[in-house]
Amino acid sequence: MSPCSRRKMTENSHPGLYVHVPFCKTKCPYCDFTSVPSLSSIPDWLAGIKKEMGLYRDRLPPFDSLYLGGGTPSVLSAQDFSDLVRSLRRTFSFLDDVEFTVEINPDDVTSDQALLLRDLGVNRVSLGVQSLDDRDLGFLKRRHTADQALRAIETFKTQGFATLGLDLMYGLPGQRESSWMKTLERAVSCSPEHLSCYQLTIHESTPFGELRKTGKIPPLTEDKEGSFFLLTSAFLEEKGYIHYEVSNFAKGEENLCRHNLKYWKRTSSLGLGPSAHSYQDGVRWWNLRELQAYARALEQGKPPLAGEETLTQEQVYLETLLLGFRTREGVDAEALTARKGSREVLKHLQQAGVVEVVKGKVVPTVKGFLLADSLPLLFAE
Amino acid sequence: MMAHERPIMTPIRNFSIIAHIDHGKSTLADRLIQRAGLVEERLFRDQILDSMDLERERGITIKSHTITLPYVSRSGEAFALNLIDTPGHVDFSYEVSRALASCDGALLLVDASQGVQAQTLSNLYKAMEHDLTIVPVINKIDLPSADVARVKEQMDQELGLDPDQAILCSAKDGIGIEEILEAIVERIPEPKGRPENPLAALIFDARYDSFRGAIVSCRLFEGKVRPGDVIRFMSNQASYKVEEVGIFRLSREPRDQLVAGEVGYLISGVKTVSDTRIGDTITLHANPAPAPLPGFRDVKPVVFSSLYPISSEDYPSLSDALEKYKLNDAAFVYQKDSSAALGQGFRCGFLGLLHLEIVQERLEREYDQAFIMTVPSVQYRFTLQDGTTISVDNPQYYPDPITIASSEEPYIRASIIAPERYLGAIMKLCLERRGVHSRFNYPAPGRLEILFDMPLAEVIVDFYDKLKTVTQGYGSFDYELIGYRESKLVKLDILVNGEKVDALSLIVHSDRAREWAVQVCDRLQEEIPRHQFKIAIQGAIGGKIISRSTVNPFRKDVTAKCYGGDITRKRKLLEKQKKGKKKMKMVGSVMIPQSAFVAVLKTKND
Repeated sequence: MSPCSRRKMTENSHPGLYVHVPFCKTKCPYCDFTSVPSLSSIPDWLAGIKKEMGLYRDRLPPFDSLYLGGGTPSVLSAQDFSDLVRSLRRTFSFLDDVEFTVEINPDDVTSDQALLLRDLGVNRVSLGVQSLDDRDLGFLKRRHTADQALRAIETFKTQGFATLGLDLMYGLPGQRESSWMKTLERAVSCSPEHLSCYQLTIHESTPFGELRKTGKIPPLTEDKEGSFFLLTSAFLEEKGYIHYEVSNFAKGEENLCRHNLKYWKRTSSLGLGPSAHSYQDGVRWWNLRELQAYARALEQGKPPLAGEETLTQEQVYLETLLLGFRTREGVDAEALTARKGSREVLKHLQQAGVVEVVKGKVVPTVKGFLLADSLPLLFAE
Repeated sequence: MMAHERPIMTPIRNFSIIAHIDHGKSTLADRLIQRAGLVEERLFRDQILDSMDLERERGITIKSHTITLPYVSRSGEAFALNLIDTPGHVDFSYEVSRALASCDGALLLVDASQGVQAQTLSNLYKAMEHDLTIVPVINKIDLPSADVARVKEQMDQELGLDPDQAILCSAKDGIGIEEILEAIVERIPEPKGRPENPLAALIFDARYDSFRGAIVSCRLFEGKVRPGDVIRFMSNQASYKVEEVGIFRLSREPRDQLVAGEVGYLISGVKTVSDTRIGDTITLHANPAPAPLPGFRDVKPVVFSSLYPISSEDYPSLSDALEKYKLNDAAFVYQKDSSAALGQGFRCGFLGLLHLEIVQERLEREYDQAFIMTVPSVQYRFTLQDGTTISVDNPQYYPDPITIASSEEPYIRASIIAPERYLGAIMKLCLERRGVHSRFNYPAPGRLEILFDMPLAEVIVDFYDKLKTVTQGYGSFDYELIGYRESKLVKLDILVNGEKVDALSLIVHSDRAREWAVQVCDRLQEEIPRHQFKIAIQGAIGGKIISRSTVNPFRKDVTAKCYGGDITRKRKLLEKQKKGKKKMKMVGSVMIPQSAFVAVLKTKND
């Protein structure tokens, strides 16, 4: 097991803590995250999480972010939720201004729950709205309606959470740009501090993946995908949101997701729960995917590891590229141009308006974000 | 006792099988070997003589093999039948002629449904030049489309052979094999020559063995040779001491000696096949023949292309592979070459386009090399203003146009045989390829032989494929070099995003330059993957752009999500792509796949 505390951490590189809550009431047909569509194993999971925490007890510096993701963390009962958060607080230390995010499904939202979250210290809510069009929601087989989503937003607004983030999805089959823009406009009119706008991605092993194979969900053309993306970016920037990662927008610097930035900047983070990934100092390790296997390992006092890798210098470089080109942080220009032939490539990319060089960093433009998956290869020898 | 001086020898017959490609030569050879009982039935693999995978796959014989078959005739007499296999392609016509020179007769094999084809004719002419006794054989009579009467008529009219002498056979089904063997012993004359004369042995093949060096295949016309003799190659006076002689069965069988009339091998400390010359005469140092056997000439490459390793670090490995390959292929020549776009490489010379393809495939398969091969070129001649003449087979050395007084390029005489109905299509193709001085023969009703004088440069790239297409597979092709003719030549350069890709440069006739330039630009447009930026591909003569195409940039490839659990997977994908990138050549900031350099050679089959 890779200890998360080999060196003293500087103030601005506190590690982040992630807890995976692998439960959903129903499984969405596009989702390839680890989740079980049954709530009956929650006790096993909670016991496992507590044991896993124990493996890291007293060995870690304070966290400045805590993120409960899933799955659907909001399916946890008030009691389980409190139990989990209290255990985390007992076992680990957190900075006073810790960013504490919970992913919530609109159909789970009640004022009581919102109050409980606030009392437990949650200051950032990521609400899985997906769409404000009932037809889209039906297609996505979400359990909520547009009205429910708007009420959920209202609930969190009135409870005074520091940051409210909305998850939205576009590029659904047959969706017009105008209908997506309507959802986006309605979402923005609720003044969320953060927006994640994901293009619908069809993963092979999902029900949507099956439909794609049989031709029932035809893929969008590249041009269409591109124009959805550019439209989204232009609209939100105009509304004062910073497009700081491919799919993420924040109203002001103070609303960037501190936790997710740790993944993109390759800062240390500890992940608890089935399939959760952790990273520190060039070592990444990840947990067993199946809840039962995960729980059993911990039951036997073993770390629930599924895999581990120690990155070579070249691998670190590749990750720096592939993550850097996804954010407005960009990639250190000096590191890039040290490679053979890369000055020439850089010149062409600048001319094509794909990247800019800003203060020693090669930063993707919005057009560059669209190409973020292929840019790294140009600088890899 | 004179027995060891003049042993009572088994009577010998030396023969070849000649045929147009695919008329069943290898299958017939297999049957003859099988009938001779050299291979147990259960161990028999089809086409024993085609030992290279490549030959088996392509169904053609690249390197000839020779085998001595024991045969007891119907009359009860035992014979030694030497089957001298010949390479089946025009690129190797000199090798074919030397193999035929080693024979006294030939089986002329004609496909019962396809009839007489271009190489049937050219091979027959070659055999006749060597005064060989021809045994006509009509093969594949089992095919539903077989038309024996028509083929017999063609034999009579086109070949001037007595159709009644033709043996009907199906090598596949083993029909007619006995009759063929009987005809070999009855019709083909016994070899002449006297063992007591000074040694005169014709080299018709040589192959390399990593333990023994060069193993020379030869036909003894006069004299005898045995281990311990000091022999001399008459072309260069090099002397060697004979280590071993013997005959070919399925493997080599050493003998005490080889005598006049026999066909066999000779091992004599010759290190590589390049030290032997096909067509050379071997004699004894102490008692040389008065004159070499006729027909020897130095084989010179006519098609040239450069090889570059995909990655510069593979240069030593490619160099090593070429050196090893060369051991077994005397016709292949190479020297160092370098390109601004592709780095260090080799300029290679080949006997023809098929030879080039064979070398390419063998280097890839047997020597595991990955490389880029440039557009093949012929050897051009330029007379400069100062009166000097230079030969150029590499576009890089195209002289400054101002200094050129006149230019010449090599021409061939192309012979195409096809049903008459394809005349229009063939004429069109040949005229497009700058064919001139066309002549026709009507060897048989409905059949046409078209003769054209054509630049060699026009047939080394995809001419044969094109011919097959326009004649729906019925056209057959053969050619011979007829010398140099004056021509208007220019150098075409290809630029990718403004950078000249010297490996794609080409010397071309000025009338054909634009067409070529357009084709190359189109091909590259298809082959170069889209980048993040626009790529301009241009064809230029001097500073003048004559063609242009564009690879549009792609717009989007990004995936929506990348969080903690996605990073490893994404990195692994990138690592995989990085490996794929190694198969690309970077020209400036453009990745050009290896396949693009090959694809520019292929015209569209429209």
